[in-house]
Amino acid sequence: MSSDTSPVVPGPGSIVAEAPADSVALGTAPPGKPRSLFARGLDVFVENKLAMVGVVLLVLIFGFCFLGPLFYHSDQVHTNLAIENFPPQKGHPLGTDDNGYDILGRLMSGGQISLEVGLAAAVLATFLGVVWGAISGYFGGVVDAVMMRLVDAMLAIPTLFLALVVVSMFPATETELIIVIALTSWLTTARLIRGEALSLRVRDYVQAMKVMGGGSMRAVFRHIAPNAIGTIIVNATFQVADAILLVVALSYLGLGIRPPQTDWGGMLNAGLNGIYLGYWWQIYPAGIMIILVVIGINFIGDALRDAFEVRLQRR
Amino acid sequence: MIAYLIRRIFQSIIVLLLVTMITFILLRAIPGNVAIAILGPSAYRNPQVIAQFDSQYGFDKPWFDQYLLWLGHLLEGNLGFSWTLDQSVASLLGERLPKTIILVGEATVIALIIAIPVGLWQATQRNKAVDYVFTGLSFLFYAAPAFFVGNVLIILFAVNHHWFGPEGAQGGWVSDFTDLHDQVLPIITLAVLTIASFSRYMRSSVLDNLTEDYVRTARAKGASTRRVLWRHVVRNSLIPIATLVGLSLPAILSGALITESVFNYPGMGLLFYQSAQKQDYPTLLGFIIVVALATVIGSLLADIAYAVLDPRVRYVKS
Repeated sequence: MSSDTSPVVPGPGSIVAEAPADSVALGTAPPGKPRSLFARGLDVFVENKLAMVGVVLLVLIFGFCFLGPLFYHSDQVHTNLAIENFPPQKGHPLGTDDNGYDILGRLMSGGQISLEVGLAAAVLATFLGVVWGAISGYFGGVVDAVMMRLVDAMLAIPTLFLALVVVSMFPATETELIIVIALTSWLTTARLIRGEALSLRVRDYVQAMKVMGGGSMRAVFRHIAPNAIGTIIVNATFQVADAILLVVALSYLGLGIRPPQTDWGGMLNAGLNGIYLGYWWQIYPAGIMIILVVIGINFIGDALRDAFEVRLQRR
Repeated sequence: MIAYLIRRIFQSIIVLLLVTMITFILLRAIPGNVAIAILGPSAYRNPQVIAQFDSQYGFDKPWFDQYLLWLGHLLEGNLGFSWTLDQSVASLLGERLPKTIILVGEATVIALIIAIPVGLWQATQRNKAVDYVFTGLSFLFYAAPAFFVGNVLIILFAVNHHWFGPEGAQGGWVSDFTDLHDQVLPIITLAVLTIASFSRYMRSSVLDNLTEDYVRTARAKGASTRRVLWRHVVRNSLIPIATLVGLSLPAILSGALITESVFNYPGMGLLFYQSAQKQDYPTLLGFIIVVALATVIGSLLADIAYAVLDPRVRYVKS
């Protein structure tokens, strides 16, 4: 029984929804020897210029955050009020903040946390969503109804409100932040995967496996989840961007990482105090980094969607 | 259709009940003693006062009894009394709700007015310069955090140039229409995010429709490009947008929470944020009920709109 006929909720990350028409043109394989689905998908991905821009952007940003501190040394632990609010100058290319932290160095260490939290939360949320959605869709009936009403209920409370309540229960360390964000953002994934599972479970190969005596768990984890891989990966990509933005929002509301650690959202929030005094260098670097990383991720997600669409059409 | 409606409404009621239960449990799970949060830190020295507070507000009862008590009041239309603002939650929400509805409404209308033509234009100019420019802009605005946009707007247009006020309209709901000097920046902040996603959807919706058979049929019968676009394609492309508006409600309300904090706009979002910091449970619960109700009704309306606008959709029980 399919009790839920509502259209799939478009997640906030899916603004990059693209007409399948694009990928049809790109994905036309040359006549001759048929190529593997993966190779065709990769072709579509590589031909997408925006995707390449996204990849280059992300590689640069990751390199900057994780390798940068090896070459550029700055003290990100001890405050030094003797050098607070310095404008950009020699020794401090991007100036210093109101605690005397060097902003270029802080951009690197803060970026590490933003990226780590974003990636880890997206992976965790995707895992939760896939397990929940696959089980719900595979079993159907009462199980599905109960599991999906719970998802609906949590979706009815905007993510930010949910996160605000949950985050006030934990001290905001990196690990807790990851858990909070994952716990509040697996819902759309669960819905999407449930939709996939509903259509996959009636496929012949799943039926055949059941006839041969395979169990439900095997059906869910060996057949349904792997075949929904396109949806899962595309969704997970957008989850990373959304998670980074959610950390930023929580930091603005004063519920982010505790000092001396920080993330880009925390830097933005701290910079707001100085911005009205004309300390522009305290807000723009972090703001621009957030925008760049989210744009990069969305470009890649967009291209992945096209690449997997090729697979879907050839199935 | 009727059977489908009844089933959907029944589902919505269950979802709402679950919402109340989830939020109630979550709020009670927050560590910290409510009595001390309300009465002040000096209550530590006086356990009697705490005990009295607990029995007066029912905190000495098991949580499930507390929940039923609260739910019973809710069904009578009694949302309780704010612990910090000395006002009934119903009257508090009555003051704040219109402000948020108007802000969100103004922003959404402006977003639609801009996003629909932009998306359409992009689709007709696909892969040309215009398309790339607007695609780039929508990616840019989608990626920009609301409070970054809000503060940059304040710096540019309220501090550097005194064109607009740095705060949203502070008066009653009438001022949201009359006090445009103060209302413009919050509206733009909130609209920018929605424009980005709406125009993307409109673009792909038009592109989808352009490949449909009815477009070819219309062209074959000699209809001009203009006529095909406006008479056929635009109408059909608006269908997913109608449902999108209903379904984006939670995201828009989340944006409103940040925007209201940035512009000190006395709406629901600011109220939620302030009550969350002060552990004002009755207000938080009342707030979440109202938001959840709006969300559930929004998605219900979106589904109905979908069924009404698109005759191909047949909601039959499988």
